[in-house]
Amino acid sequence: MTVLDFIEIAGRAIVTNALRSALTTLGIVIGVASVIVMGAVGAGARSEVDRQISNLGTDVLVVNPSARLYGGRSSGAGTNLPLSEVDLAAIESKVPGVMAISGQLWASATVVRGKANTWTRIWGVHEQYLELRNWSVASGRPFTAEDNAVGRRVALMGQSVVKVLFGDADPVGQTFRARNMPFTVIGVLSAKGRSLSGDDHDDSILVPMSTARRYLIGWRQVINNQVGQISVKFEEGSDLALMQGEVEQVLRESRRVPPGDDDTFNVGNLTEAIKARTAAQATLSWLLGATAAISLIVGGIGIMNIMLVSVTERTREVGLRKALGASGSDIARQFLIEAVTLCMLGGLAGVAVGIGAAYLMVSLAEWPIVIAPEMALLALAAAAGTGVLFGFLPARRAAQLNPIDALRSE
Amino acid sequence: MSRTDEVLPLAAGIVDDGLPLISARGVHKIYQVGEQSVRALEDVSFAIQAGEYVAIMGPSGSGKSTMMNLIGALDQPTAGELRIAGRDITHLPSDVLARLRNRTIGFVFQQFNLLPRTTALRQVMLPLMYAKPRPAKPDAMARVRLQQLGLGDRLDHGPQQLSGGQQQRVAIARALVNNPQILLADEPTGALDSKTSDAIMQVFADLNGQGMTIVLVTHEADVARHARRRIQVRDGRIVEDVLQGQHQLAGGRSAYVDARP
Repeated sequence: MTVLDFIEIAGRAIVTNALRSALTTLGIVIGVASVIVMGAVGAGARSEVDRQISNLGTDVLVVNPSARLYGGRSSGAGTNLPLSEVDLAAIESKVPGVMAISGQLWASATVVRGKANTWTRIWGVHEQYLELRNWSVASGRPFTAEDNAVGRRVALMGQSVVKVLFGDADPVGQTFRARNMPFTVIGVLSAKGRSLSGDDHDDSILVPMSTARRYLIGWRQVINNQVGQISVKFEEGSDLALMQGEVEQVLRESRRVPPGDDDTFNVGNLTEAIKARTAAQATLSWLLGATAAISLIVGGIGIMNIMLVSVTERTREVGLRKALGASGSDIARQFLIEAVTLCMLGGLAGVAVGIGAAYLMVSLAEWPIVIAPEMALLALAAAAGTGVLFGFLPARRAAQLNPIDALRSE
Repeated sequence: MSRTDEVLPLAAGIVDDGLPLISARGVHKIYQVGEQSVRALEDVSFAIQAGEYVAIMGPSGSGKSTMMNLIGALDQPTAGELRIAGRDITHLPSDVLARLRNRTIGFVFQQFNLLPRTTALRQVMLPLMYAKPRPAKPDAMARVRLQQLGLGDRLDHGPQQLSGGQQQRVAIARALVNNPQILLADEPTGALDSKTSDAIMQVFADLNGQGMTIVLVTHEADVARHARRRIQVRDGRIVEDVLQGQHQLAGGRSAYVDARP
């Protein structure tokens, strides 16, 4: 008997008891489906993190004012003296290897065009901001240094805002109002999608830094040249830890922090913050994996149960096969392959159900998913392994049947 | 080409080297049923030569089924020596016994023992599938056997589409497909009407006429009558071993019993 012969025998036995076989494999179907969904969600989250990191730009350091202490008590993040154009210029001129640098101030505002309006975030940024964020202008033009120097009311508009305010019309050259002042759209930003926390990057408007300071954020200025958060992008492959030291050194000088005092700012690495999130997702992955393992085990026990029933039902057949010359290992192989075939069929169904469920999650929950073929193979291998593991006992029982007793059984 | 590769005429491939095909010397078989031990066979000795047609007769519980299991290498003696085709099966491991059954013995059962929902052709191929080495064209070999038994037009029929007599013919074709040296039949007509029974017994007679060794286990004198030699079993012992019909010797005693050491 070749493996193919055994698979054929298994197929006949499974088809004979089609309904029973289908019900039996349900556990495997669920187990494999959850492996697929787990893999899809996990890989989706990972690719989303990768996208985030590349959105933010790799090799980027972010500087924020730190918490100020009042009598040893923290007043909260960003309560120290805001970062200024002076600080930004100091970093740009004194730290080596800076590719792009920009401040980031923001204000939420209602933007209006005709009868259309929406509540969105308006960011005040420097010209290099787009390069820093690996962002680009889909139509129109980016900011110039002059836009910033003069404080022109010009804006780059995210696509979600465009859709609300302009519909399908071309917004470039058109105006909208924010804080009761007209702004001119000079360009439309390329689509960037959502952040991990679900924020829509495309639901935002960029204006030059000085424009933002003058028209949008003036009422909460502490100093007159604040730039909010500073992001610094370094040459690819830079040693960020080393660069962080450099930035800190330059800022201590420009902000006149006395030697021995704590920094009045924080230099952080966004990439690391996001990677820390991946760890949380890995935990979720493990949890889903455990669920899959449990359903595979439960499914496997179901398979074992039905295989034991099958051996009992076919005792006479086993006796006949043995009389005709089947060895114990022939019989064991027959039942083992039947168990594995059953599991593999369940596994294939599980892959289909899993992929279906994953796509359902995409359309219902807008979760990012990635279906990796190796995940499907892994799931099928797990199903086959379950078959071997739980088919072993029934197969051994069949192999050990005494041919005389088996032939005599009814 | 291996032995099983050839499509041989019925009952071919039998080597008559003068030694008995089956020989039992002082065979005991004791079954352990719980605390009790049941003596199924006690000190049984006989020899069956190639080409013989032997009926083993006896009422139920006499030990004839045990004898059939031993001759069929389905079971092993508790004590004594049992040789089948020259091999002492007393101490053979189970997979060697399986091979011996596959190559040497063709089984025919009372209930036919065909696999459900399986075509006649596949039923007959079954012993070839377990043969090692496996023959190259098992389907061709099976087809020839079925044709020889008059079932050439029933190759694709399942058991439920065949009459009792046809089912038993399929079983006989299956028993013969691997060119065995012994055809072992257990009440082969027990589930058939008398007319069909006669036809099946005629198949056996023809096979024996072509040289096939046949051992028939039955409790019916009518069936046993077809054999040329009759071994009567009672209470685990052979009580009679005679040649029948035209082969009968004066005094009715078989030479084989006298010939034992």
